[in-house]
Amino acid sequence: MQSYLYFPGCSLRTVAKDFDRSAKACAHALGFELKEMQGQLCCGAVLSNVDDNLITKAGPNRILARATQEDHTLVTLCAGCYNVLKRTDLHAKLASPSQQTINTFNEETFNGGVDVIHFLEILRDRIGFDAVERAVKVPFKGLHVGAYYGCLLLRPAGEMKFDDPNRPSILENLLTRLGCTPIDYPARTDCCGSYLSVSSPGNVQPISGAIIRSARSCGARLLTVSCPLCKYNLESSQLQDSSGSTPDDFLPIVYFTQLLGLALGLQPEELELDQRQMQAVREATTPMLIGGGKK
Amino acid sequence: MKRVGVFVCHCGLNIAGNVNIKEVVEKAGKQQDVVFAVDHKYLCSEPGQTLIKDSIRQHNLDAIVVAACSPAMHEATFKTIAQLSGLNRYNCEIANIREQSSWVHDDPGKATAKAHITVHQGIEKVRLNEPLQPVTVPVTRKVLVIGGGIAGIRAALDVANGGYQVYLVEKSGTIGGRMAQLSETFPTLDCSTCILGPLMVEVFRHPNIKLLRLSKVEEVKGYIGNFKVKVRQEPAYVDEAKCNACGECAKACPAQVPNEFDFGLTWRKAIYTPFAQAVPPAYVLDAKNCLGLLPQACGECKKACDKFGTSCIDLDAWPRIHELEVGAIIVSTGYELYDAAKLTEYGYGTFPDVMTSMEFERMLSASGPTTGEIKRPSDGQTPKEIVFIQCAGQREPETALPYCSKICCMYTARHAMMFRHKVPEGQAYVFYMDIRAGGKGYEEFVKRCQEEKGLLYLRGRVAKVYEENGKLIVKGVDTLSGKTVQINADLVVLAVGMVPSSESHELASKLKASLDANGFFSEAHPKLRPLESPTAGIFLAGAGQSPKDIPETVAQASGAAGKALGLLSSPTLEREPTIAHVVGELCSGCSICVPLCPYDALSLNAEKLAEVSEALCEGCGTCIASCPSGALTLRNLTDEQMVAMIEAIVE
Repeated sequence: MQSYLYFPGCSLRTVAKDFDRSAKACAHALGFELKEMQGQLCCGAVLSNVDDNLITKAGPNRILARATQEDHTLVTLCAGCYNVLKRTDLHAKLASPSQQTINTFNEETFNGGVDVIHFLEILRDRIGFDAVERAVKVPFKGLHVGAYYGCLLLRPAGEMKFDDPNRPSILENLLTRLGCTPIDYPARTDCCGSYLSVSSPGNVQPISGAIIRSARSCGARLLTVSCPLCKYNLESSQLQDSSGSTPDDFLPIVYFTQLLGLALGLQPEELELDQRQMQAVREATTPMLIGGGKK
Repeated sequence: MKRVGVFVCHCGLNIAGNVNIKEVVEKAGKQQDVVFAVDHKYLCSEPGQTLIKDSIRQHNLDAIVVAACSPAMHEATFKTIAQLSGLNRYNCEIANIREQSSWVHDDPGKATAKAHITVHQGIEKVRLNEPLQPVTVPVTRKVLVIGGGIAGIRAALDVANGGYQVYLVEKSGTIGGRMAQLSETFPTLDCSTCILGPLMVEVFRHPNIKLLRLSKVEEVKGYIGNFKVKVRQEPAYVDEAKCNACGECAKACPAQVPNEFDFGLTWRKAIYTPFAQAVPPAYVLDAKNCLGLLPQACGECKKACDKFGTSCIDLDAWPRIHELEVGAIIVSTGYELYDAAKLTEYGYGTFPDVMTSMEFERMLSASGPTTGEIKRPSDGQTPKEIVFIQCAGQREPETALPYCSKICCMYTARHAMMFRHKVPEGQAYVFYMDIRAGGKGYEEFVKRCQEEKGLLYLRGRVAKVYEENGKLIVKGVDTLSGKTVQINADLVVLAVGMVPSSESHELASKLKASLDANGFFSEAHPKLRPLESPTAGIFLAGAGQSPKDIPETVAQASGAAGKALGLLSSPTLEREPTIAHVVGELCSGCSICVPLCPYDALSLNAEKLAEVSEALCEGCGTCIASCPSGALTLRNLTDEQMVAMIEAIVE
């Protein structure tokens, strides 16, 4: 069985265990394995991308230095880890004086050379969407799902080279193969508010709320994401008050690996899909009227 | 034994400020064969040139070395003064001690040492130089103009009016180019067709111009003064001389295709005339979209023409190859538009109401798809809120075009003004980066548009355009107020950049003319030789060389025509004799050199020995490096001279 070296990151250990577990289950169903690397650390999230503070880059450089001991391809799931690690590798390849400073500080030399890829890239480039489609056992029938990309998978486009930053299609292409009917809505590449949810949560609600409204008005009954932070922001913007109770028209958010798993015939429990999410999946699959969604 | 004189120039302080001139003169004076060495503040000045002339006579010199600036600057000046003083001009060598010594070395000691070496090399070379005579070649006194837009039209007319024969090659069915598609022109708002039309007619009627439409250059051989060009002309299937443009054929034609003249906003038939003022004024059959010519599938056009028209359609016509001989070639291949669909943030191609400026231009035109009314492509309604996005895909080195297309600020101001003129209750917004309105009356024009028509200019870029509830939502930033802006627009117009004609790459390789990094034809020198390609005998005009507007294009076209006329003004022309030369007794006739020559100058003669065409050779030296028996040498740059020069360096 083909095995890929895998870096889950902090979120997938804590708030996004469902993402981690569903991805591993999907991998198994598709005939490959995600093997966790040794010596994991926090990637530093988006803070590692700042240019003027080298200490934030110590973590991701250590991760990649350690990964090279095992393999030269490293798979990520969290869009944040993907962005940070891929750009850390690009920066290291430049062999700049600051890279030397980082290496000296880390006492673990890293000069680039890890091919950091996203799980979606395995599906698209290594297995191929055709093979994924062949492996589908329970195709969705017109599931009206909106793919939400956010920023970190796509930008900066010149460095990420993942998909068109303005009109990406990789998630829609995958969802179509699963039998879904992806919804095109303008806000799918807007920023979710990122870590402002920690420093100034009041500013996140309008941003995330606009994304939800845009998706819903275009007919999405469900959103799928590849980033735990996006999921958190999109969900919490819909909560009515601090009690955490959900409104009637709550738009559920699932990871793409959970939809992939269902289509591959895996059980909701293996994918950690809760009852509300499963209900949303079922409802969104039924044919609906134009302008749909619950009011 | 030659008597060599050395002249060292101060170039004010350009050289003297960093090179010890006295030392250079002293050392030069001690070299073998040098009988005289002197310095002067400005050798290129009249007193400086007189010094050279007098010294040559006084000291009976038969070779000189001038240590001064780059030969690109004054080689011709000094060679001419040497010639006027009775020397053979090829016994004058330039030692570049400015660009290669004083300007590039910080340390005066090192700069002086380098200057000395450079002068010494020049002395060693000139000692072994032979007197040479320029090569004289005849000139074919005809000109080929490639591209029938306003640049090609102007250039062809100027050459033809100068009394010489012109072949004007145009790939489409009519001349007129992009300018024929424009509605008005800035800053005077002349109707474009009204000012272009008379020139097109003049081309058509001019006895000295042979117009070849539907034609492409297939092969170019030869050299300055003597090009041999093959042009392939596709059949129009309509006899130009007989057709009276009655249009019966098009009425009968059942095949409808998008009309490229209107960028697909309207339809045309497979047999059509591109526009009312097309020249030649004859219909043309577009064989690609015809229902079938081989075998004939329909033939309705011919039936209609035979019945109602002038029986001018021949569906069995074949392409023709014209073999032309010309002395000069003017390249005026023009521009195309950058593919707006690549700019995915604006949604061109996804949202029907996002259009390019050229499509908007057609809509403004009285002969356009809406006969001059402004309407949304999606529903035909008159747009009330319109957003113009300047620099769309331009000045974006990372993702699109790195350069500025120079004309968009001007035509966008005109577009916005025309919109307000035609839709007075409407509002026009213009997103811009800078307003580049350099040109006579340009700044005034933009100001007038802005002030009189109340246009809203927003300095900033647009991040995203999307559709919501029948409106186009334009999200951008106004960097002057520092705020993000959202405009709910009815129509969005993208000022996409100019890119060179898609066929210029292929044409450039046929012409052996170089292109720049963006695919535009390169000029020989950006300031001093802007109308010429580095390849001799090829001149440039219009937007194929760089983005430019109509006044500049016309000026460049007349300039290029003037250059071509200058070339044709003499029946012969002189070429540098510092070219390759075969020492017959050494050549074994192996012919290794023949295919390597980039100028087709080498061939095997009747005795199966290599022969250099003096007219074709550019003196590049490729053949010399390839010759296994050392039979090829470059005149005045022989191996012996090279060795002597190297010894001067390593001494």
